[in-house]
Amino acid sequence: MSSLTSLTLKAAVDGLKSKAFSATEITQAHIEAVEAARALNAFVLETPEKALEMAKASDARIASGDAGPLEGAPLGIKDLFCTEGVRATAGSKILGNFIPPYESTVTSQLWRDGAVMLGKLNMDEFAMGSSNETSAFGPVVNPWRSRGSNQQLTPGGSSGGSAASVAADLCLGATATDTGGSIRQPAAFTGTVGIKPTYGRCSRWGVVAFASSLDQAGPIAKTVEDAAILLRSMSGHDPKDSTSLPIEVPDFASFVGKSVKGLRVGVPREYRVDGMPAEIEKLWSDGIEWLKAAGCEIVDVSLPHTKYALPAYYIVAPAEASSNLARYDGMRYGLRVDGANLTETYENTRAAGFGTEVKRRIMIGTYVLSAGYYDAYYLKALKVRRRIADDFDQAWQKCDVLLTPTAPSAAFGLGENSNDPIAMYLNDVFTVTTNLAGLPSMSVPAGLDAQGLPLGLQIIGRALDEGTVFSVAGAVEQAAGFRAKAEKWWL
Amino acid sequence: MSIDAGTVRKVARLARIAEAEDRLEPLAQELNGIIAWIEQLNEVDTDGVEPMTSAVHTPLPMRDDVVSAGGDASVITANAPKTVDGFFVVPKVVE
Repeated sequence: MSSLTSLTLKAAVDGLKSKAFSATEITQAHIEAVEAARALNAFVLETPEKALEMAKASDARIASGDAGPLEGAPLGIKDLFCTEGVRATAGSKILGNFIPPYESTVTSQLWRDGAVMLGKLNMDEFAMGSSNETSAFGPVVNPWRSRGSNQQLTPGGSSGGSAASVAADLCLGATATDTGGSIRQPAAFTGTVGIKPTYGRCSRWGVVAFASSLDQAGPIAKTVEDAAILLRSMSGHDPKDSTSLPIEVPDFASFVGKSVKGLRVGVPREYRVDGMPAEIEKLWSDGIEWLKAAGCEIVDVSLPHTKYALPAYYIVAPAEASSNLARYDGMRYGLRVDGANLTETYENTRAAGFGTEVKRRIMIGTYVLSAGYYDAYYLKALKVRRRIADDFDQAWQKCDVLLTPTAPSAAFGLGENSNDPIAMYLNDVFTVTTNLAGLPSMSVPAGLDAQGLPLGLQIIGRALDEGTVFSVAGAVEQAAGFRAKAEKWWL
Repeated sequence: MSIDAGTVRKVARLARIAEAEDRLEPLAQELNGIIAWIEQLNEVDTDGVEPMTSAVHTPLPMRDDVVSAGGDASVITANAPKTVDGFFVVPKVVE
């Protein structure tokens, strides 16, 4: 049944509607693919029985003519999303065997539209990481390998399980989340498409919180069109999230394939960083040429505060995380490690339950919010954040979208950056800016490096202008003609 | 600004994370490395800049103050480490 797992989401949904195959058949094919790919460690929980039950219900709806837009499509769900009756861990030990008694808004909308859940996907603990190595379940292995090498590579993070499972054809698409680049960097590392929409597009309700002013959900998919289809289902106003925007959800897929003629594409000069591989420079130039050929006007723009985005992020995100993660106290759910008194119970529980990187960020966040340092660090970072957002506002005077590389390197080896937190943080140098500014941004696979590893280009749009981002991403996808797939060495 | 073992002890206490004494010094060095890198923010002129606390430019929505969920203690306590009769059981807080 490998032909059913190699379909795009769009082709699968069309095939299901025309009854070329059943939801049960395509779900069974994916369940088998998931079982055969355990070497990737992409799933932390497989739910084949639930998947087949959902597929059966989809087949009934297709038969009665009530098919939803995602009817019968098997998806993977990042383990940051609460799923009713199905364990959610956030990649951490501290949640223990937490079984959510409710469903996140985003996943509930996917099920409303007919999608089928294959299981829960591995991720960096509490979405804090860029290599999937902070997961309590061990790292995900990238389906891609350097040419002629057996070295295990990272799929990126934090949505490493989402990206790897889509790249390996284990699911037709996956949910993911992005606080500093956690959708786009893994997408770039695995030759998949990922979009972080405008802050407020997707409800955060039922998504385990990391840094609430930065967190956004979005899809990782095989194509730009698939990402558009998934994002439409995931988006929409939710009164349960006060930052969810009460606005219409456009038919994002209708923007894919639209002419980009006359659009002004900004190329920010500050994204040319020292030590960037020549192949990424080259790919970026290729992208510029492709869009020029498609009729875009290329504009040189400046985002002068770009280099301050990461340090500002590493105050804002840990500060919010230290507050959000205070809820893990061992009292109402999750792990509890008893101590001599209440405070010791808290301290023991959190020492045993959180991993090294999560503790590190809670400590940084606690420090920058503590008496005497709040103004010097936290308030300063919020002001720099404003400067970064203002840079984009200035750029939008001159252009409609921005084109940049997604990440400063291709996928690296597992273990390569894990002893140097700052080297790891630098993975997000091109992606973190749009989380701070709340802007939509998308990674599209655009080529392979000399080792045969995928590289991505990022398209950044104005707030709520995902439509133009999808049009430009579609043009890049078409011009790049990226068809490469990882060799299935795990079979 | 330099973080020493004493500061780490204090921060760990505030964060309610138990840290062994012999971990305090290595942690101080680690955090100092990160904070030193962060301090490049001081190069940015932020005089008169309004702090940005939200990525959305809309006022917080208001809703009627009504009960919309609840009333089922068994659901709320289902994941708790210890419960008795629909209550959470926690370590003794008051002497």
